[in-house]
Amino acid sequence: MGQDLGPQRMSEEPLHRVLPLEGEPGPDPSTVGLKEEQLRDLYRLMSLTRRADLEATALQRQGELAVYPPLIGQEAAQIGSAFALEESDWIFPSYRELGAAVVRGVDLVEYLHFYRATWHGGTYDSNAHRFGYVSVPVGSQILHAVGYAMGSKMDAGGIAVLVYFGDGATSEGDFHEGCNFAAVFGSPIVFFCQNNQWAISVPLSAQTVAPIWRKAEAYGFPGVRVDGNDVLAVYQSTKEAAARARDEGVPTLIEAVTYRLGPHSTADDAGRYRSEDEVKAWRTRDPIQRYRRWLEAAGIADGPYFESVEQEAKEFAHRMRTGVIGSDPRPVAEMFEWVFADLPPHLARQREEALRMAGEDIATRGGTDG
Amino acid sequence: MAEITLVKALNQALRDALAEDDRALVLGEDVGRLGGVFRVTDGLQDEFGTGRVFDTPLAESAIAGVSLGMALAGWHPVSEMQFDGFSYPALDQVISHIAKYRFRSRGRQPVPLVIRIPYAGGVGAAEHHSESPEAYYAHTAGLKVVVPSSPVDAYHLLRSSIADPDPVIFFEPKSRYWSKEDGELSTNGAPPIGTGRIVRPGTDCTVVSYGAMVARSLAAAARASEEQGIEVQVVDLRSLVPLDLDLLSESVRRTGRAVVVHEAPMTAGFGAEVVARIVEDCFDYLEAPVLRVTGWDIPYPPATLESHYLPSVDRVLGAIERVTGY
Repeated sequence: MGQDLGPQRMSEEPLHRVLPLEGEPGPDPSTVGLKEEQLRDLYRLMSLTRRADLEATALQRQGELAVYPPLIGQEAAQIGSAFALEESDWIFPSYRELGAAVVRGVDLVEYLHFYRATWHGGTYDSNAHRFGYVSVPVGSQILHAVGYAMGSKMDAGGIAVLVYFGDGATSEGDFHEGCNFAAVFGSPIVFFCQNNQWAISVPLSAQTVAPIWRKAEAYGFPGVRVDGNDVLAVYQSTKEAAARARDEGVPTLIEAVTYRLGPHSTADDAGRYRSEDEVKAWRTRDPIQRYRRWLEAAGIADGPYFESVEQEAKEFAHRMRTGVIGSDPRPVAEMFEWVFADLPPHLARQREEALRMAGEDIATRGGTDG
Repeated sequence: MAEITLVKALNQALRDALAEDDRALVLGEDVGRLGGVFRVTDGLQDEFGTGRVFDTPLAESAIAGVSLGMALAGWHPVSEMQFDGFSYPALDQVISHIAKYRFRSRGRQPVPLVIRIPYAGGVGAAEHHSESPEAYYAHTAGLKVVVPSSPVDAYHLLRSSIADPDPVIFFEPKSRYWSKEDGELSTNGAPPIGTGRIVRPGTDCTVVSYGAMVARSLAAAARASEEQGIEVQVVDLRSLVPLDLDLLSESVRRTGRAVVVHEAPMTAGFGAEVVARIVEDCFDYLEAPVLRVTGWDIPYPPATLESHYLPSVDRVLGAIERVTGY
């Protein structure tokens, strides 16, 4: 029965929304808390992300990536939240946060090494971008974020940590344990759930009965439900939550209600479990088009601006494509390079054999990343 | 120097590490005010405060995952799983992340943390309190696995583990917690992780063991000498990963015979690894099949039956007789 009542109850839940859904006028730009330049930048970042995301899917179809989990439809949730953080704040992603990586200035070729199966975690420097490595086991990264938040608080503090996860992750024990630890230790963290309605083939109604944002109450901190396709609302909710984390050590659970327009990953056939009508309905709520309408109506951006962004996005995606296609597998020696700080004797033996079989010089070392 | 128990030696190692390394932290269930269910962390919270030594909520996966997060933030967490049988909820974090993070990050992000696990039986405990899960960890690439057998080694190995740049799973043999030894507790001359030790010299046969079973192997060696004049060399591995391959092969090449002893069940236990290494490295020197004396391939039994499960001195002696009489 719970599965039937779930969606009905969801629709009655409060929702933070700033942008109009259709052609209504929307808010006065002076009230949203961002400069015009920043408002344009949000559009720009969403557009770069959309283009790169589509390109990544195309690269997978062409055999250049092993797999890719598209984020199309979730641009507002990712860009709005990542944009709301300070540079010194940390982000721990799951595996669908290419948009947040764009905000953090992570090189997408380095990011996509994960999906090209050239290196787990990609090859970017997590510390330089304060953007954790791609984490695949669902919800497991939540604990790393909580630990990082606890650790930073024991030092000078002053930073917030934001962790991304999906609706499916809220069923994992690590989510509950992470929320509880964060509350008990007063950790400066924002739990950012992108509720995209589907965990591969399992709909939200079969995942959980209680609305996600309400779970926060059980841990003793605020929960917020926000329109995840409304970049301004996401920005505001995250900004507020991050400040609460930094200043008061109070965690927040944000449920960003959005929709995964694409499949779970390029290996998935979403047509097997959800209707085209449902997807169509959400396509009309495209977060980028919706924001663009408001930017135009509010007189913040016009045709030439949108064209220049389109051109930049095209070049951005093209550079990414060229970089991905041009990257080779790493040397075999790298498999042994970073298992331990120093190569123990048993691994030294195995390395020697692997390099001999691969025809690589025994003196070959990996890069100087370490 | 006064004799010290293994519990006290570990307590002293934690105290000295906390004093010398201001990034070291101690966390886990009941490690603060109570001082741990075995008192290994006794008095540490009073001395170093609740910021350095703290109780966590009762959630093992979080203890491991949060420890990793704190390591990423530059801390050196020493976390405790209260008992062997309660360490399994943390396995996902240990296997999926703690063991892989340095690799994933291309060496940029070391994971200097220690997970302490009181392990093994022989203490009359309830179900889930007597298990030997070391093979799960030894089979996971990226982890170091350390098992002391005596108080002085326990001190040195724990200090080395805390100072190590890689994640270390540190098994504490419960049945030896109250054994006593005297020796110098300082980092001077502390053995690096990855070196075993010959704890009894001998020429007729090598008995390889670690943790709780070292004392029992020594008892069997003493009886073999007294009763039959068989001189057994006993090797304490101390570290399962990395394994001291040189010591192992030197010893077995000299004696030509080997028996491996551990508490964990036999099938796919760490003894299988030791036997395989011996066969690979010492085949031409072997005078007899290499035998294992281990727990049976059953769930750890109720405590009133555990004496029939744990390798006894008689069983070890029997294996020594078989390989030396081959």
